[in-house]
Amino acid sequence: MAIAWQLATVGSARDETPTVRSFTLDLPGWSGHRPGQHIDLRLTAEDGYSVERSYSIASEPERSGEVDITVERIEGGEVSPFLHQVVVTGDRLEVRGPIGGYFVWEAVLGGPLLLVAGGSGVVPLMAMVRHRARSGMAVPARLLFSSRTSDEIIYRDELDELAAAGDGFKVLHTLTREQPAGWSGFTRRIDEAMLAEALEPLGAATRAYACGPTALVEVVANALVRLGLPPDRIRTERFGPTGT
Amino acid sequence: MDDRVAEMRDDPAVDLVLDANALGGMLAGLFGADVTGCPGQCAHCHTVSMVGTMRAYTRGPGMVVRCPACAQVVLRVVQTPDATYVDASGVSWLRIAR
Repeated sequence: MAIAWQLATVGSARDETPTVRSFTLDLPGWSGHRPGQHIDLRLTAEDGYSVERSYSIASEPERSGEVDITVERIEGGEVSPFLHQVVVTGDRLEVRGPIGGYFVWEAVLGGPLLLVAGGSGVVPLMAMVRHRARSGMAVPARLLFSSRTSDEIIYRDELDELAAAGDGFKVLHTLTREQPAGWSGFTRRIDEAMLAEALEPLGAATRAYACGPTALVEVVANALVRLGLPPDRIRTERFGPTGT
Repeated sequence: MDDRVAEMRDDPAVDLVLDANALGGMLAGLFGADVTGCPGQCAHCHTVSMVGTMRAYTRGPGMVVRCPACAQVVLRVVQTPDATYVDASGVSWLRIAR
């Protein structure tokens, strides 16, 4: 099935952190997606110059006819500053997708589930977390989430609410640069000891998904193999220049 | 992103590599389908891996996809204003489900 470009209308936008903004894109003809997939977004200037970027879908597939994307503003980028500063409700954008048959998780696959995110790498994992909550299947799940400072924790309030529901979902935060007074989470970069602590209650049958900057994903994938997870149960998504 | 990762991002060898999953849209334009979940065989070392798990280098003039096992070039794609050039000599086969 070919993937055609279609026109999306920006339904709403909201700030997640000082540098991260979410957009709801109305897509009346949307075929549906699987948590973890992404879309390509194309901007075309009047002179015909066009740029494409890939953005992970943040929303769960239970919502029909619309998807959310969450975009980190990259200084000097061609697309993300435009999305942050220029795009308003009602604007139309060219979108292609959903894309990606590998980095996906659906409730029917079961768990337990270990999600590991660095910064905006949390976005496709959030689609999984939201889908898990909506599906009603209480798959044991943990999100290990690395951010630099508490202000930069994306989806913080929603993650707190989902964890408070007591249905088997837990969030472990680590803040690598600066921690507020009374911080009880981790205070260092994600390493093997931290992953061992996150993985321990989930067990050896865990499915792991890691998304973030390439270097972080490499560390996580290698450590999880050393901790005994079979490589085919570890799925990775490296963030990079195409995401800017 | 933590500081060490920020430093490593300045290392071109680390920064350049993505999963070919990121190229899914572009590849769908070539193959007529999303092939990121399709298995393909490296012509160099004969390892079969899912296209989405192959390594993608996207910052050059073209896109280069390498085998995750042996790091040899599997696929090269260059887009010009007039045409798309595809060198698939590094892939023995690709299985696209119907």
